[in-house]
Amino acid sequence: MNKKAKEFLFENKVVLLFAVLCVCAMIVSGQSLTFVIPELFTRIARNSFMVLSLIIPVIAGLGLNFGIVVGAMAAQIALFATTCLGLTGISGFLITVVLATPIATLFGYLVGSLFNHMKGSEMIGGLVLGYFADGIYQFIFLFVLGGIIPIARKDLMVPTGIGVKNTLDLVDTVKYSLDNVPMLTILEVGFYGFAAVMVISVIVKLVKKQAIDWKKTVLTFAAGVVIYALSYIGPIEQFLAADRLLLLSAVEIVCFGTVIWQVLRLIWAKLRPKKDEEGAEPAVDVRKAVGYILAAAVAYAITYIPAVYDAMMMARLPVMTYLCIAALCGFNSILLRTRLGQNMRTVGQSRVVANAAGINVDKTRIIAMILSTVLGSWGQLIYLQNLGTFQTYGAHQQVGQFAIAALLVGGASVRKATNRQAILGIILFHTLFILSPLAGKELFGDAVIGEYFRVFVSYGIIAMALAMHAWKKVAKVKPEAEHAGDKPEAKSAA
Amino acid sequence: MKSANDTYVLKMDNIAKEYSGNRVLKGVDLHIRPGEIHALMGENGAGKSTLMNILFGMPVIHNTGGFEGTIQIDGKEANIDTPLKAMELGIGMVHQEFMLIPGFTVTENIKIGREISTPNLPSRLFGKSMETLDYKAMRKDARKALKRIGLQIEDYVKVAGLPVGYMQFIEIARELDKTGIRILVFDEPTAVLTESEADRLLAAMRAIAAQGIAIIFITHRLDEVMAVANSMTILRDGEFVARKEIKDTNVVEIAELMIGRKVEKLVDESGQPDDRQIRDDNIAVSLRDYHVDMPGEAVKGIDLDIRKGEIFGIGGLAGQGKLGIPNGIMGLYKATGEVKINGETLDLEKLGDALAHKAAFVSEDRRGVGLLLDESIEQNIIFSAMYTKGKFLKKFAWVHLFDSAAAKAHAEEMVKTLDIRCTGIRQPVGRLSGGNQQKVCLARALTLEPDVLFVSEPTRGIDIGAKKLVLEYLAKLNREQGVTVVIVSSELVELRSISDRIAIISDGKLSAILDPDASDADFGLAMSGSARKGGHEE
Repeated sequence: MNKKAKEFLFENKVVLLFAVLCVCAMIVSGQSLTFVIPELFTRIARNSFMVLSLIIPVIAGLGLNFGIVVGAMAAQIALFATTCLGLTGISGFLITVVLATPIATLFGYLVGSLFNHMKGSEMIGGLVLGYFADGIYQFIFLFVLGGIIPIARKDLMVPTGIGVKNTLDLVDTVKYSLDNVPMLTILEVGFYGFAAVMVISVIVKLVKKQAIDWKKTVLTFAAGVVIYALSYIGPIEQFLAADRLLLLSAVEIVCFGTVIWQVLRLIWAKLRPKKDEEGAEPAVDVRKAVGYILAAAVAYAITYIPAVYDAMMMARLPVMTYLCIAALCGFNSILLRTRLGQNMRTVGQSRVVANAAGINVDKTRIIAMILSTVLGSWGQLIYLQNLGTFQTYGAHQQVGQFAIAALLVGGASVRKATNRQAILGIILFHTLFILSPLAGKELFGDAVIGEYFRVFVSYGIIAMALAMHAWKKVAKVKPEAEHAGDKPEAKSAA
Repeated sequence: MKSANDTYVLKMDNIAKEYSGNRVLKGVDLHIRPGEIHALMGENGAGKSTLMNILFGMPVIHNTGGFEGTIQIDGKEANIDTPLKAMELGIGMVHQEFMLIPGFTVTENIKIGREISTPNLPSRLFGKSMETLDYKAMRKDARKALKRIGLQIEDYVKVAGLPVGYMQFIEIARELDKTGIRILVFDEPTAVLTESEADRLLAAMRAIAAQGIAIIFITHRLDEVMAVANSMTILRDGEFVARKEIKDTNVVEIAELMIGRKVEKLVDESGQPDDRQIRDDNIAVSLRDYHVDMPGEAVKGIDLDIRKGEIFGIGGLAGQGKLGIPNGIMGLYKATGEVKINGETLDLEKLGDALAHKAAFVSEDRRGVGLLLDESIEQNIIFSAMYTKGKFLKKFAWVHLFDSAAAKAHAEEMVKTLDIRCTGIRQPVGRLSGGNQQKVCLARALTLEPDVLFVSEPTRGIDIGAKKLVLEYLAKLNREQGVTVVIVSSELVELRSISDRIAIISDGKLSAILDPDASDADFGLAMSGSARKGGHEE
């Protein structure tokens, strides 16, 4: 048991170290939960999408995608275009997304093709590519726009008319456009989307003359209708009319949802006769289910602690944004269960083996890069609509570093990254990011030093996380190497 | 096996291939019947891997100008230009270095690239790559394939940590799982296996062949060929030598066919009087229970005495351990056992101890271990002697300064004696041709003024003229300065042309010590390891 505990500590040392740092920063800065928690949840909503978009390249063996900066640039080009056209609200936001997607696809293809020529050094390549692309981006925004392409909206340009202003205000255009979508609308649109999917699915099956399970289809559709109908009940409709969800309500919903889900599963397992077929799905693990229920109960109990309760009452979550993040998590895990995802895993583990198995390695890597770049561009749009101001020349610059730092803090490495690590990393990284300037100020009495602290923390984290992962790797390799008799360092014995 | 001899599942005719002007295959034929085990034999560099690369449509072939000749599968002309095409035609390969992913389960490895998937809505819109994987069906198939070769293993364990023998079987299971597999290539499958594992593998091969699948069996081990193969093709230096039915031949004939070639005298010794005195009681290098842990070239217990003043050849096939011997002595790889040079025991743990005992080494890995490619010829020649012997240094007060005049004089002399073709001693060695780089290596070793000189693959990758010069110089060094030369080489011809005695290493052990004039059959048997297991079997 002792050995197991040791192993656990060693495996998770990056996460644990940063958790300890967060607690220390919390104590030193003297801030209360009521300040930190709302701030933290805002930042989670803002940054998660970007961090999650980094997972696919890691799986496909491209390492940490510093090239994500290019995706952010695609988003900003699209955003400038829609701002110019004066598009506002959620429709403006969606048009920006639609516009950003082909640009990001093209960029992703180019970056992927470049990376295929420099296999093994994608990370340093992506980093330098980011700087190079920044040069082109500046050329376009400082000179081409206004200089070559005439821009009608003079208020977006610097007084000479050549070059875009340093800061664009999004308050009147797309600020909070995604965050402010009411839950009722989400449910409505979701229902129509669900109905459309059902219909398309049936039509495709009919056209291709495949068998249709009518009973199942009708039942699924009925379930959808019932859920939608629930929203017409007065109190529920009132609750759903809001666009933000109180953190307390969110925690309550998750806790009760977990309990109900696990209980249903247990009942289902009892009712259904066990199939003893080889390779059948493992039966529901009762101990695990009870564990989940207990964890939910404990989480619910914690909300009754006054300090926590106050903090929970302060934070209001933008529902649509969190749904997008959840959808991306779902996408990442579903992708891994497809043929394409398996190919990516194979390519990521060994290009030689993948090639021998007839997988088109270069194509798979390019697809991974396109997906990552497109998702990254969407992430940047979510970030900007939440922030509300668009720093024309600075918004994309540190996107890569911050997102990668967050991913690494969550325990991910160059070769392995999961949704859970990404979310955990965002929580830890941004807690530290919020608190470190304040802690620096408390310790040294100077706000500027606090700012330095922030920069120091983000770069320091990347370096430290990478070093700690390397240490883990060395510790793993060592016993084998000793056995195999590795090559001594000194090569000049002859 | 089918009785009709003219129905071949694979017919490769008149295959020729050249790599930048160097013809590695010169009109080779390979004919294989369904359900037979066909051995493909030949020394290293005979062209076996190139032939297999052509069969698989590997990019390395098509990026270098393609090949000549025709390939027929089941009597139909086939144009195999990608590995995928080969796969579709039912050609599979069990690789020497495993094509398995350690982090994947057995099932995932078996179904790699050919996962079973079920359609869903996105896949109907975006194509097959979005289909969901059907793990249940995949596991069922994997279990079926494992059963076919009789491997008792759970299909959901990860490959990492399985014994080597199992990995080989998983590779085979993967190939068998491919539908319509007709030809299966085994590339030296037994090289990494223990004896009992190898026996199981051979049994599995027989079982597979009995299902009508043709097997191409690439191996160096003659006894295995005799045990399982039905017929064989022998290649030598890229040329087709013979196609034989195993029942019509014997081990001695095969061995002769494999290496037999007229021994050209590479070294002209007429001008040099041989007045050396070689005595059995005057030993330069003595090895006792010598082991070297060099990956791919492990030495597994050798007792050997090399007499002072002789040229001693060490030969054997690649991967058998001959390269491990000098590398272990020089301390480049972990070695155990007793090594004495001129009667003094070496401390094998200490890097450079061999140099202190006046032994020098010219590595087979010229570009990696042997040379500082960006440094000048001069620096390369003198640096070992400077660091280990303190040569080319002059004392000035308490500091040792580099004596550039002495270094220059020495380097220039070496360039002249060895005829190193260069623009001057300041030229970086990276720009020299292979032969001239080899001469620089030699010059550096000689600067150490060794008593014993280990030379590993001295003629690898250099042309015939330079080859002759290097060998002649080694002979001269031996005759005139009495240096004991230990030459390790895969090229039997060169060993036989200058050595006094030749040790053949097989499977990390000493197989035989032969006279350079011994028959080809003796050498062949020794190299295939048959001699050690009880001499001539037939």
